[in-house]
Amino acid sequence: MSKTPIALTMPKFGLAMTEGKLASWTVQVGQAVKQGDELADIETSKITSGYESPAAGTLRKQIGQAGETLPVGALIGVLADADVSDADIEAFITQFQAEQAPQEGADEASARASGPQTVQVGDYSLNVQESGSGTGLPVLLIHGFGGDLSNWQLTQEPLAAHRRVISFDLPGHGASSKSVQDGSLTALAASVAELLKTLDIPKAHIVGHSLGGGVALSLLRDQPEKVASLTLIAPAGVGKTVNADFLSGFAEADRNRAMQTELEKLVHNKALIGRKMVDAVMRARRLDGARDALRTITAACFEQDKQKDALLPVLENAKVPVQVFWGQEDAILSVEAASSLPDHVATHLYPDVGHLPQMEKATEVNKLIESFLEKAEA
Amino acid sequence: MSKKSFRQAINEALRQEMRRDPTVVLMGEDIAGGQGGTSGVEDAWGGVLGVTKGLYTEFGPERVLDTPISEAAYIGAAAGAAATGLRPVAELMFVDFIGSCLDQVLNQAAKFRYMFGGKARTPMVIRAMYGAGFNAAAQHSQSLYPLFTHIPGLKVVIPSSPYEAKGLLIEAIRDDDPVIFLENKVMYDEEEDVPDESYTIPFGEANITREGDDVTIVAIGRMVGMANEAADRLEKQGITCTVIDPRTTSPLDEQTILDCVAETGRLIVVDESSPRCNMACDISALVAEQAFHTLKAPIKRVVPPHTPVPFSTPLEKLYMPSAEKIEAAVKSVMSQTTREVA
Amino acid sequence: MQIARDILLQSYRAMRTIRVFEERLHVEFATGEIPGFVHLYCGEEASAVGVCAHLTDTDTIASTHRGHGHCIAKGVEVHGMMAEIYGRQTGVCRGKGGSMHIADLSKGMLGANGIVGGGPPLICGAALSHKTLKDNGVAIAFYGDGASNEGFTLESLNLASVWKLPAVFVVEDNGYGEATGSSYACAGTQKDRAAGFGMTYLECDGTDFFEVYETAREAIEHARSGRGPVMLHVHLARWYGHFEGDAMTYRAAGEVAREKENRDCLKIFREKVTGAGLLDASALDDIDTAVEDEVESAVQAAKAAPWPEDSALMADVYVTY
Repeated sequence: MSKTPIALTMPKFGLAMTEGKLASWTVQVGQAVKQGDELADIETSKITSGYESPAAGTLRKQIGQAGETLPVGALIGVLADADVSDADIEAFITQFQAEQAPQEGADEASARASGPQTVQVGDYSLNVQESGSGTGLPVLLIHGFGGDLSNWQLTQEPLAAHRRVISFDLPGHGASSKSVQDGSLTALAASVAELLKTLDIPKAHIVGHSLGGGVALSLLRDQPEKVASLTLIAPAGVGKTVNADFLSGFAEADRNRAMQTELEKLVHNKALIGRKMVDAVMRARRLDGARDALRTITAACFEQDKQKDALLPVLENAKVPVQVFWGQEDAILSVEAASSLPDHVATHLYPDVGHLPQMEKATEVNKLIESFLEKAEA
Repeated sequence: MSKKSFRQAINEALRQEMRRDPTVVLMGEDIAGGQGGTSGVEDAWGGVLGVTKGLYTEFGPERVLDTPISEAAYIGAAAGAAATGLRPVAELMFVDFIGSCLDQVLNQAAKFRYMFGGKARTPMVIRAMYGAGFNAAAQHSQSLYPLFTHIPGLKVVIPSSPYEAKGLLIEAIRDDDPVIFLENKVMYDEEEDVPDESYTIPFGEANITREGDDVTIVAIGRMVGMANEAADRLEKQGITCTVIDPRTTSPLDEQTILDCVAETGRLIVVDESSPRCNMACDISALVAEQAFHTLKAPIKRVVPPHTPVPFSTPLEKLYMPSAEKIEAAVKSVMSQTTREVA
Repeated sequence: MQIARDILLQSYRAMRTIRVFEERLHVEFATGEIPGFVHLYCGEEASAVGVCAHLTDTDTIASTHRGHGHCIAKGVEVHGMMAEIYGRQTGVCRGKGGSMHIADLSKGMLGANGIVGGGPPLICGAALSHKTLKDNGVAIAFYGDGASNEGFTLESLNLASVWKLPAVFVVEDNGYGEATGSSYACAGTQKDRAAGFGMTYLECDGTDFFEVYETAREAIEHARSGRGPVMLHVHLARWYGHFEGDAMTYRAAGEVAREKENRDCLKIFREKVTGAGLLDASALDDIDTAVEDEVESAVQAAKAAPWPEDSALMADVYVTY
């Protein structure tokens, strides 16, 4: 419980976020909440996500209005115990805003300066997003088929408190160059190894989602010395099948409406897929070569609804800590594959979650990754 | 990705397509400029407002062809070249000059495919500036897209921002039909993030730039920015609007308009072209015919008066639609709600 | 003059085909079975054939509303043309163009054209294609004395000269623009117009195949070799009205009869080739018979051919939409 009022501020989902829209309040003034309860829906240029209460208490004041767009860090509400006086709440607000005001411009400037950078990696030109620093080993986040680094917008920042965290667009994806060589997991893993070398990172914790999980497993097989630990989220290469209709539908969708339908297959809670997210995905897909890259990868990695790479043995022989996350409603790579995982793999399954646990259960997944990394380094 | 102006986005689209496809040629009046001048400078203008600057230097006189001031000849030549293996992009400078070459568009390029039983392809683009707000007066300020939209066989594209302009122009150049690509001259210095790579935006898919519950605003070209501005102001007052940028008036994404009107029950169309038989009429008719039962209030059109575009600044301002006029129109339809729709 | 025997035979056959095709249309039009406007080319055959004898399918021509002759001379298939004129599904344009819009781009025929002066600007573009694609092709605009007064045409002469295009502008001067004489409507001379644009000018009698052939050869060689456009002024006469149904009350009694008697290109051709011993009369007679049969069969086939399906109404407005 909080005797001292707690400032509720516009959260930052992903490094590129400089402002967000308070789509709606889900809690009324005077209502009591637990830590982790959803207080409001926040909409950014890429995603709509719930704003979870940082503590237990009572929502005392809504400062941001539904529909209002505010900079990251701006005060949107106040949480406190029910017995804190209204006068104290008002005093808190006045003080907070007085302290906050001069910093806004500076925050915005620093957020902009730390946007993604283009890194030349051999023949590839890769779009790379760096954040964080500290004593922990770096983390490399590898997104899935047709995705990009924004798939980690709810992951990267929370992991960056004690270490360097790097996300990037795989070859053929996002703002990276469009050649994918033969499109195989092996070729993509080689590009990842090359990226680590370019960034002067001898060893990193690897987090891979979906196809990126298959890339991570291939990296562990081919260059095990680079991998400190492996976190796999609904990974390819473990099960035998894939949703082939999704692969082609997602790669070929040439209208936002069609893309929306495909993206909704990724999640259990369809409300996560907003117009702006669809638009962002379409912007990447419209680039010359983007669809060809996905076609090449599809041909190299899948045969109709069969996965060509069987990487379970890599997992069985793994000498590093491994954990796996999977949504039980995953419509792309079935959760059934999780049952064949070796015993040494820590497995976290979520009901009512689709193919994107790192977004649908961001807080829980982030916490588990964080403690897993600490344990791996201990 | 970097900030690019509307002008740079168009220039980059042309440059990238010319590098990609050797059959893409440009023609127009002073698109290089300086031929036959006494200074010997051969890329003197790069278009009357500098949109094609530098292309002559890169691609030379065989791909960037300055023309005499002779619209019928070179617009017709673009049609003939398109039917025989090139992908010409002809710049008409101001769309008002269509009066000098309408036959080449209306009776030639637009008709070949149908008239020849499907045996012709005419992959040409006519780029032209349109729009008021530049004190360019009655013969250099018109928004003539309804004229082209009326003609079967033509596609009509009106980009609303630099990002849209690049993707739509590349799509236009790669398209196998004749495309009229209209650039609002007031927007050339507007900037936004535009990818450095080539990309295409398909025709016939509207872009929803704002989502709301109360009113659907369909706006065309430069009007999209004004509609967004109005929608943002109205949101602070508790009225939320959906803003639709059709991107292309031919083909027209009718479904998106109908879907959004079904959600909001109110429609405003913002159209900079003269009010009789313009896109606002066309879209109003569409909704009246196919979604009448979803309307809670009369449709409202925010359009200029039925006059030529005046020269003098205060008169031109009076003539033009604006964010303020759109805001007032939204409030008007909100107050005019005549019935509740189940 | 040395012209190969097969070229003579082909040229005679093309001219005879045009003549028979057009005269048959004159008869059939009167029965009411042919819809729309029909403009006949009879009397002008040597012009189309004498020019097109120098062209291949790579070269491009643009024609006029009086376009049947140019189509046949450029190799467009007669059955498909006839079916088109009857508005049938089997027409070269699937019944959607008709007499005034027959085109076959595979033969380098960029279309007859319902707009007077429509062709010359298009031909500037086709010539630009040939120049840019370096396919050694030339582009030919056929147009009449009437179209020579159109601004489009005059702009095209200028543009072709400015861009030094491989183009030939063939003015088929039959003395009338619709019902108005060129002596009234054309100020100055075509020669002076060409000179005004710095363009090479050649002229010939359009009723003498050999004269057209030789002059056209010179014009086309000039254009093809990159020396710039040429105006080729062909003097000839039309035998029928501006369109079918035109009583030609603007022409003096006996004018057409005199043309037919004295300036019939087929008669002149036959006299010259048989007189010089280049071809036997029997070879020409054989062609006459074959052509009669071909046109007869084209008419019967066209009449029997199906109308376009309703679905054709919406087809081919765009490549994609």
